[in-house]
Amino acid sequence: MALLVDKHRPRTLETLTYHSDLSARLRSLAASGDFPHLLIYGPSGAGKKTRITATLRALYGPGVEKIKIDSRVFQTSSNRKLEFNIVSSNYHLEITPSDVGNYDRVVVQDLLKEVAQTQQVDLSAKQRFKVVVINEADHLTRDAQAALRRTMEKYSPNLRLILLANSTSNIIAPIRSRCLLVRVAAPTEEDIAGVLARVGKKEGYKSCEPLERRIAKDSGRNLRRALLMFEAVHAQNDNVTEKTQIPPPDWEALIEVIAKEMIEERSPQRILQVRAKLYDLLTHCIPATTILKTLTFKLMPKVDDALKSDIVKWSAFYEHRIRMGSKVIFHLEAFVAKFMRLYEGNLMGMDMDFDD
Amino acid sequence: MASFFDIRARQAAAAATASSSKQQTPTQDNRLQPWVEKYRPKSLDDVTAQDHTVTVLRRTLQSANLPHMLFYGPPGTGKTSTVLALAKQLYGPELIKSRVLELNASDERGISIVREKVKDFARMQLSNPPAGPAGEEYRKKYPCPPYKIIVLDEADSMTQDAQSALRRTMETYSKITRFCLICNYVTRIIDPLASRCSKFRFKSLDEVNAGKRLQDIAKLENVPLEDGVVDTLLRCSEGDLRKAITFLQSAARLVGVVQAAPAADKKRKRAKIDDDEDEDVMDVDQPSSSNLVTVRSIEDIAGVIPTNTIDNLLTAMQPSSKGTVYGRVSKAVEDLVAEGWSATQIVTQMYEEIVIKDDTTGDWQKARIVLCFSDVDKRLVDGSDEHLTILDLCLQVAGILGER
Ligand SMILES: Nc1ncnc2c1ncn2[C@@H]1O[C@H](COP(=O)(O)OP(=O)(O)OP(=O)(O)O)[C@@H](O)[C@H]1O
Ligand SMILES: Nc1ncnc2c1ncn2[C@@H]1O[C@H](COP(=O)(O)OP(=O)(O)OP(=O)(O)O)[C@@H](O)[C@H]1O
Ligand SMILES: [Mg+2]
Ligand SMILES: [Mg+2]
Repeated sequence: MALLVDKHRPRTLETLTYHSDLSARLRSLAASGDFPHLLIYGPSGAGKKTRITATLRALYGPGVEKIKIDSRVFQTSSNRKLEFNIVSSNYHLEITPSDVGNYDRVVVQDLLKEVAQTQQVDLSAKQRFKVVVINEADHLTRDAQAALRRTMEKYSPNLRLILLANSTSNIIAPIRSRCLLVRVAAPTEEDIAGVLARVGKKEGYKSCEPLERRIAKDSGRNLRRALLMFEAVHAQNDNVTEKTQIPPPDWEALIEVIAKEMIEERSPQRILQVRAKLYDLLTHCIPATTILKTLTFKLMPKVDDALKSDIVKWSAFYEHRIRMGSKVIFHLEAFVAKFMRLYEGNLMGMDMDFDD
Repeated sequence: MASFFDIRARQAAAAATASSSKQQTPTQDNRLQPWVEKYRPKSLDDVTAQDHTVTVLRRTLQSANLPHMLFYGPPGTGKTSTVLALAKQLYGPELIKSRVLELNASDERGISIVREKVKDFARMQLSNPPAGPAGEEYRKKYPCPPYKIIVLDEADSMTQDAQSALRRTMETYSKITRFCLICNYVTRIIDPLASRCSKFRFKSLDEVNAGKRLQDIAKLENVPLEDGVVDTLLRCSEGDLRKAITFLQSAARLVGVVQAAPAADKKRKRAKIDDDEDEDVMDVDQPSSSNLVTVRSIEDIAGVIPTNTIDNLLTAMQPSSKGTVYGRVSKAVEDLVAEGWSATQIVTQMYEEIVIKDDTTGDWQKARIVLCFSDVDKRLVDGSDEHLTILDLCLQVAGILGER
């Protein structure tokens, strides 16, 4: 059974809900014939991929939805073999180069050249160029990005890129300079509630507007998350009401427990107990950044105003260390210890932030 | 279904189009080209605002001698265009293929390639210009100097080893080969290489020249501009002409002016920028005001955050009696992040407002505020979480502002 998130994904620009201005812009770009390279950015679950899939359909027609997945092997200069998955239709292909980590440059170099040098297979294709969609473009290494630069210019008659990213900060300036940047804002809470109502109707769920609004609010304006929560609530309750509990995901519940524990007692033993739970989260593949961020925001309502800005400061500090370092647990634990010290200091009326 | 990578399908397809592709009207392609390519300078004379470089290079067209060269400067300032134009003017269409090798970051350029591909090309015999009377004509147009050019575009992404390997090659074959290295960051070119080259700095395009170029393009493409659009383009593109042209084309597409296909007899003129276009513009239907490219549409495309959104954030950071600073700032930041504004853009605009424009804040406070900006910039480049990083910045700055 398909999940709601896949089942009711709008497939054409006309049927996309919310951001109708943006849909109109994409439509006019697709119709203009000189479609540019695009860099689509916006928060997770805002609907970037959905919009792009609809745009491709506007460019090439429904044929673009007939996709298949190939596995290809690339050889690095050190003769390592890399296996890599490619999703493609007759007109486009889609890759996630961050799957191969630091070898992404090889894949980008080889693949794009190959695409650029091939003709359109379908002679009646509506566009002369083919499109390559690059997922998680903000995770491309600098080398891989550099490899895109001249390719984007030289092969522009045959090839257009669509880069998808959560943020543009990690995209090098020469690439940004070659793309049309398109921002996809997260849908508002009303937008989300509207989508839930519509999906609920199609599924034959009992409609309950206050619950839908509550889910929209709890989702943090992430539509994917809202849809997952919506499905879970209806799977667990035959009869939903205004007051039905929205169960948070397990990992989030566990972080809430950690936050409570850190407030209750500040001691070395407590740090040990918390560490066990942090390990638990990490072994369930919750990214360290997500853990740290969620923990920080769960601590906030529980602490004195005077402390808040320092806590954010250290959270941001250790998040940076997580990126740069190699052992994420060190930095998570350091944050826990730091928090406890700040908290104690505040209780004793002292400024304990003397590492500054 | 034929595979994307199925060689045979591709060849069949290629064969099928081969005959027809000749007839494919180049004019139509031209119209559908991205403007950055369409208006790429075709000769040195078309290169805007790099007067010094152009003057020096133009001299080489006469003297038939050329040093090794290093072009450096920010994106979209004409480096690649200049070398391509120079090559075209030196060798003309017949010789350019055999005399010029262009390698860029999308080509494999490890040390082994530099050893082999570059060396092979470097030591190859010079090809000859066409013989006979036709050749004489050709030489009149193109000087065809007795050396080849190897262009290493985006050279800053070459490894140090590969750069080192170039040193010898450069010297050994300097009689018949010149190198042109192009990069954004001159510090990434190893010293022994840099010191072998004449350096040409490409400046960010100054407003007058870049503005003129943009105006010319808008005119040729029949795009009516609201007052102030050119200034906005220049401001948003920070001296990067490619970006400015891309913005302009996108804005034009969005208001639908591009679809007005030019009549056949106007096409040729369109390929080249010249001044006597007025009549053309006259006899096109007067564009209705709904087709006007507006200042706001450019800012929108450029990802500039609207003034009132930034003002909201700044107000939230000021000490006040309404709620707590954390409460206000965290809400404002959450909204900015959900709206998808890029963190670098937020930081840039905040810096502009707080450090540059605001003169009610004391110098001592500003001195401490810029330290926060320095930290944040580095973290963002390292890939830190944007939400936490921006929230941290705003709270720190709010703290400092609240101290007065
Ligand atoms: N306009 C829309 N109307 C209704 N549902 C939508 C719309 N856009 C997206 N969705 C739904 O929202 C979910 C998330 O969309 P999508 O996968 O496109 O997000 P994304 O921006 O690519 O997220 P991420 O950055 O996490 O990859 C999908 O399940 C899709 O069904
Ligand atoms: N000095 C200039 N004069 C005229 N047009 C220019 C100039 N600089 C840039 N452009 C325009 O911008 C486009 C890109 O320029 P070009 O490829 O030469 O930039 P670049 O300096 O090589 O940038 P990068 O460092 O990103 O490779 C050109 O096609 C042209 O339309
Ligand atoms: Mg996605
Ligand atoms: Mg270039």
